[in-house]
Amino acid sequence: MDFDLSEEQRLLKESIDGLLTDSYDFEQRKKYMAEKGGWSKTVWLKLAEQGLLGLPFSEADGGFGGGGVETMIVMEALGKALVLEPYLATVVIGGGFLRHAGTDAQKAAHVPGIIDGSKTLAFAQLEKSSRYDLFDVTTTAKKKGDAYIIDGEKFVVLNGENADTLIVTARTRGDRRDRSGIGVFLVPANAKGVAKKSYPTQDGLHAADITFTGVEVGADAVLGNPEDSLALIERVVDEARVALCAEAVGLMDESLKTTVEYIKTRKQFGVAIGSFQSLQHRASDMFVAAEQARSMSMFATMANDFEDAKERTNAIAAAKVQVGKSLKFVGQQSIQLHGGIGMTMEAKIGHYFKRLTMIENSFGDTDYHQRRVADAGGLI
Amino acid sequence: MDLAFTKEEQAFREEVRQFFRDNVPPDTRRKLVEGRHLTKDEMVTWWRILNKKGWGVSHWPTQYGGTGWTSVQHYIFNEELQSYPAPQPLAFGVSMVGPVIYTFGNEEQKKKYLPRIANVDDWWCQGFSEPGSGSDLASLKTKAERKGDKWIINGQKTWTTLAQHADMIFCLCRTDNNAKKQMGISFIVFSMKSKGVTVRPIQTIDGGHEVNEVFFDDVEVPVENLIGEENKGWDYAKFLLGNERTGIARVGVSKERIRRIKELASKVESGGKPIIQDAAFREKLAACEIELKALELTQLRVVADEGKHGKGKPNPASSVLKIKGSEIQQTTTELLMEVIGPFAAPYDVHGDDGSNEAMDWTAQIAPSYFNNRKVSIYGGSNEIQRNIIAKAVLGL
Repeated sequence: MDFDLSEEQRLLKESIDGLLTDSYDFEQRKKYMAEKGGWSKTVWLKLAEQGLLGLPFSEADGGFGGGGVETMIVMEALGKALVLEPYLATVVIGGGFLRHAGTDAQKAAHVPGIIDGSKTLAFAQLEKSSRYDLFDVTTTAKKKGDAYIIDGEKFVVLNGENADTLIVTARTRGDRRDRSGIGVFLVPANAKGVAKKSYPTQDGLHAADITFTGVEVGADAVLGNPEDSLALIERVVDEARVALCAEAVGLMDESLKTTVEYIKTRKQFGVAIGSFQSLQHRASDMFVAAEQARSMSMFATMANDFEDAKERTNAIAAAKVQVGKSLKFVGQQSIQLHGGIGMTMEAKIGHYFKRLTMIENSFGDTDYHQRRVADAGGLI
Repeated sequence: MDLAFTKEEQAFREEVRQFFRDNVPPDTRRKLVEGRHLTKDEMVTWWRILNKKGWGVSHWPTQYGGTGWTSVQHYIFNEELQSYPAPQPLAFGVSMVGPVIYTFGNEEQKKKYLPRIANVDDWWCQGFSEPGSGSDLASLKTKAERKGDKWIINGQKTWTTLAQHADMIFCLCRTDNNAKKQMGISFIVFSMKSKGVTVRPIQTIDGGHEVNEVFFDDVEVPVENLIGEENKGWDYAKFLLGNERTGIARVGVSKERIRRIKELASKVESGGKPIIQDAAFREKLAACEIELKALELTQLRVVADEGKHGKGKPNPASSVLKIKGSEIQQTTTELLMEVIGPFAAPYDVHGDDGSNEAMDWTAQIAPSYFNNRKVSIYGGSNEIQRNIIAKAVLGL
């Protein structure tokens, strides 16, 4: 048992922290947000230069063969700097599908573009009524010879506006909530019949609602088994949850640090407000919450490699619960301790709060995952 | 980063577990499961079994009888001990005064006290808190005056746990009234059988007798019973309180209690079906288990850190362990209360003789719930722990 980073991991952390310290302070972030698409192509290419976009891919695929811990390090750093670029959508989720289910041809077609920063991806999964159930799919993919015809609507597709390729879940057979009959398809964003409505999200990212009308893709678009890919989807979404936990830990670290700095300097009644015990105790509780979240983020990272899928899913659900509870407390109290200034767009703390809040509602909220852990009989 | 236990560590866990299965007296285990108090004999019998095995003072340096285990092995041992469950070693001797004596005591004191602590030939109690000195411990007033080759001790201690069984006490006494309050305190040990020592029981809200008031009336103590240097007692007290870090989370205790909750909740019915099938109850239980898993991982992080970077200064993360550990212990007792519902009410009419199994399993649940309110108060209240985090970690 060892919680320390290896030499290589420490270097990775230093390299991404260094890059973001130089090019991602709050003022720079505002500029990136104003760029076309809402994030910086320049920063994205810097991430590519440092090998971060190729991190989880195998060396055979041109990547660096990084594992869960490496992704955790990167996601924490991205959280700490409140990064807008589509790492989760492209590298973690898009890359995850390609790593777990991509054929050699599919990998050759997509992975080099991800690694060199020229291509981004988006995961079109959420539907109007599916909420957090990954098997609740009404979008259809009907077989027509060797091809598939996709019809349906997907919502809040992160990076959907910019992505070159969409990864779409669609039903090849069965009814809306059947666990079988679900496939995953690589769809070019400019394919005929794809219509996008794009918008900024509450946390400053960008998403799109996407309609697929008679979109025709070839057999080479199918990722995994077109009739039975729920396990694949669950696997990749679990990895996305683990990554979100790590991002939240980074966001909480920075929120706590910023808040503690603020109450050390803000004076009222002639003294720093951080000298008041009620505020000290609140800050201590924030620290406790952040540490518990960090522990569970590590646990989730480890659980990613569990062989038993049920055990893996249960552990990651538990982590999402702890992180969800911690992030709500740390986020809300960061605003409270900042007082009025915390309510303004001008101060950075509110933006951390908003990103944390959106993470709670991504891929299952606290109640959803708590119910899953309860239904699985708990952890002990 | 590798969070899995090694094969050797897993084998060690199995060895420890097997030893408990073979050696913990069944009645002792039953009483702990039911949340009952053990008799002095029951506890001492078990501690001597443990000491004979060489595990009585496992974390002491090997020259004084310790095992030389790694931090992870200590963690595993504690977890298995708590979750079996078996009585934990008497903290006052093994975790508190023992380390003070082998760290700050002279050779004669080490020879005289350490083996007797290990075998519980002497039952030790702690003379720290006073009626006017709780969280503000350094304000204590019990006085030790030097007269020839004796200390004359006068004053009162309180919350003295299991003093009714004690042979020896380690006591913080004021030896210099003129110094700053932390600077005039000495660490003195003496026999509870000394003339002038009176023990008066305090009954707690659970109806139990764990704690006492202890009065000192011109108690004469040989001058050589001072540990370390005169007026340095506060340093030793801080050392002692910072020493017990990772056991404080009591993860094993809470795990054992969660297993018991599950067992009882599958028997007790509500709405015509076992409570465990009630969604609201199950989610509350899951929430508690998740908190506990997070605490276990936090504890392992502290353990691994100690193993790698040495014990050195007390780790402020131990305050996290104390706060969450006590909250979770309290939550588990709340959940047990919820499971038994109206059967929480009957007082323990059958005693602890195991003669009426139908009732016995409920008898101690309410008292245990009441009793567990203490865990967020003792050992530095949770509010004091928050002060420590604010100061030592956040720099406020």
